Amino acid sequence: MSRTLHFEIFRYNPMDPDSKPHMQTYYLEEKDNMTLFLALNEIRETQDPSLQFDFVCRAAVCGSCAMVINGRPGLACKTKTKDLPDKIVLHPLPVFKLIGDLSVDTGTWFRGVAKKIEAWVHTTKTFDPNALEERMDNDLANEIFELDRCIECGCCIAACGTARMREDFLGAATINKIARFYIDPRDERTDEEYFEVIGTDEGVFGCMGLLGCEDVCPKQIPLQDQLGIMRRKMAIASLGGKVGKLFSVFSKKKK
Amino acid sequence: MQTFYTDMLCIGGGLAGERVAIEAASAGFDCIILSLVPPRRSHSCAAQGGMQAALGNCAMGEGDSPDVHFEDTVKGSDWGCDQEVARLFVDTAPIVMRELAFWGVPWNRVVPGPAVYFKGGQKFEVYEKEEKAGLITARAFGGTAKWRTCYTSDGTGHSVLYTMDCKALEVGVEVHDRVEALSLIHDGENCLGVVARCLRTGELRVYFAKTVLIATGGYGRIYKHTTNAVINQGTGLILALDTGIVPLGNMEAVQFHPTGIVPTDILVTEGCRGDGGTLLDKNEYRFMPDYEPEKAELASRDVVSRRMTEHIRKGFGVKSPYGEHLWLDIRHLGEKHITTKLREVYDICMNFLGINPIHELIPVRPTQHYSMGGVRTNKDGAAYGLKGLFAAGEAACWDLHGFNRLGGNSLAETVVAGKIVGEKIVEFLKGYEVNIKTSYATAEVKKQKERIEKLKNSSGGENVYKLRNEMQEIMMEKVGIFRNEKDLQEAVDSLRTLLDRSKKLSLASNGIGANPELAEALRLPGMIKVALCIAYGALQRKESRGAHYREDYPYRNDKEWLKRTLATWKQGDDLPTLEYEPASKVFHLPPGDRGYGEGKVIPSDEDEKSGDNK
Repeated sequence: MSRTLHFEIFRYNPMDPDSKPHMQTYYLEEKDNMTLFLALNEIRETQDPSLQFDFVCRAAVCGSCAMVINGRPGLACKTKTKDLPDKIVLHPLPVFKLIGDLSVDTGTWFRGVAKKIEAWVHTTKTFDPNALEERMDNDLANEIFELDRCIECGCCIAACGTARMREDFLGAATINKIARFYIDPRDERTDEEYFEVIGTDEGVFGCMGLLGCEDVCPKQIPLQDQLGIMRRKMAIASLGGKVGKLFSVFSKKKK
Repeated sequence: MQTFYTDMLCIGGGLAGERVAIEAASAGFDCIILSLVPPRRSHSCAAQGGMQAALGNCAMGEGDSPDVHFEDTVKGSDWGCDQEVARLFVDTAPIVMRELAFWGVPWNRVVPGPAVYFKGGQKFEVYEKEEKAGLITARAFGGTAKWRTCYTSDGTGHSVLYTMDCKALEVGVEVHDRVEALSLIHDGENCLGVVARCLRTGELRVYFAKTVLIATGGYGRIYKHTTNAVINQGTGLILALDTGIVPLGNMEAVQFHPTGIVPTDILVTEGCRGDGGTLLDKNEYRFMPDYEPEKAELASRDVVSRRMTEHIRKGFGVKSPYGEHLWLDIRHLGEKHITTKLREVYDICMNFLGINPIHELIPVRPTQHYSMGGVRTNKDGAAYGLKGLFAAGEAACWDLHGFNRLGGNSLAETVVAGKIVGEKIVEFLKGYEVNIKTSYATAEVKKQKERIEKLKNSSGGENVYKLRNEMQEIMMEKVGIFRNEKDLQEAVDSLRTLLDRSKKLSLASNGIGANPELAEALRLPGMIKVALCIAYGALQRKESRGAHYREDYPYRNDKEWLKRTLATWKQGDDLPTLEYEPASKVFHLPPGDRGYGEGKVIPSDEDEKSGDNK
């Protein structure tokens, strides 16, 4: 039942003046429990040591190895070859800057948006090493952790129609990140301040609702829900003043 | 050539590196992190279990204190740790956990009322107190008297690392990711910076810095079967070793984790056993209580790994195409627990094994996991041998763990040592000036350029992946859980041959740009040197202590070996030079019985005199 897998892999080394973007063919004998992590490393070690790709944890927790697998963004490390047809076509993720072959620069992109949305707890308090920690309901801690599970692999950005059209679109992962800080009582930012950050076309109002993000998320994070929730809250915040107060039942953040 | 200048240069963007960087940047110093990968992809993110700190909030942690934590840690280390460091660590850990909560880590919290837990296969109920509601809770880990491991479900490393990286961003730490330090620039007394290679373009760069921190994590990838990420190749240790002056401490102390899955070697957390999971043999019989009546599956990792290997050797292993293994059983914990508190485990089993742990057994075996050894530092984190050089986290031998570290103590060490070493670096930097002579950088750059050119043009014919695989096989087969003179001598001999062959490495590809083959070829000779430090140190250490177990010397020998190995690598040698220093300056807890494991001890003379030997 052993198959010979037929790989078509995108190749381009921007640092090599002789290199032109093209697809390259490799053949590999399939093995038991083979993943794309194992397959790509075997190709590199036995056929083509110049092949560039990124793996770190190889356990689907670090988010390094996202690529387009037979037309769909996914994590290569957890993709089993037995779930794929004989022919496997691999491209680098779009949107992100290409480093070479299947390797793209997600790190710079995610750092950029994190800076933009100031993705840290904003507080006026200072840490007191002699005090007990502030109490938190365990359910809320779990809720924050649920949104904190994003591994910034970039699949949702690569699958996003808006991100493909507007370079400055924050994307589902970033809006999810905002939602994470929004529900965190330690972050003292108000609805108005959040509105400044994401109440624009590059933020929540840019989404066209194509739902590609949630379809491809390897962590099954409910990205679309977070988008919807944040959009509703920001719409209310945009009305501001009295109308905003009427809807305060939807809004956790008050000065 | 691109040249950078900074107050503090941090090599490694995992938890330890970032925590130190935050301390320095918050004090107003310029700080650059060099990282092989974006910091959030560092191996710290894969730590599932948690961080030990004696907060004593949960019912099963009641009565806990830094003193109890200290005792567990020293016993766990088999008295190999530095007790001053252990004391510093246990006292600081609770503060650091609270600080992380302040920064945004969503620690799991105490839920008051009756709570049902498991120990071994057995259910039991305790009452969580109302007055502790909402404080940071804890779970059980091996080798501890109390439940002490703080956690966020099973994504502790991930959520702490993300919080830490956010904090680093807030305080203005600069990150240069996809950059690899190739060698330290120094004048024989002072560390002045590094020569680095950009992994986007392949270009060399110079970084001058008043202080350099090595925080590159472990070296698991010199072993064939390791839970470590593919970037854990010991690159920071190589930097230290190549100076010829900076020693590595206790490199023979290598931890094997009891539950790496078969075949992919991915770790499933100790939390499985902490939460009540059991180990079964081929007859689905729970064997650990026969070996360790009191602690069973929750003895320290070195002991559980040895008992598992021993049981397999007796013929009770499960045969598979990937070698023999045992089973981990978490089925009785139930669907809700497995899909929430152990979700990462559930995902790993489903994704990589096609096994559903709610209904099926998980194939596991002891797998290389952690390096207790590393760049030897004093309690401030300052490396021996070069002023201005520091180390923290797994890359360092600070030395909190001695010959075996407890689960939950290493993740905690990254942030606790990070805070302490960071404060010491800030102290060091205040008013500190060093004369930076560019000629040292020029010479170092020339050396690295020549290495690269040689690799690109060599016709030596040795293949980097073949040599690397041979090294990994040797380490796995001969420098593993059970060690003896014959195997270790063979390992040292074969590794010396490999080191010699590595001089004839040549590339099969053109080596242009971010070429992965060239990166691997630049690392490999250093990796073989690290392997030799482990194998040679293990050969010389004629006793059994913690994770270092010699079949031909099964006793812990406090009379002759209550000391730490220091390995340096003199230029041109093909073996490290070994020296020794006392394991600890002070012994608040005198050497004694661990309470688990084989417990054969040759006491030191002093113990005999005072009559408290066991």
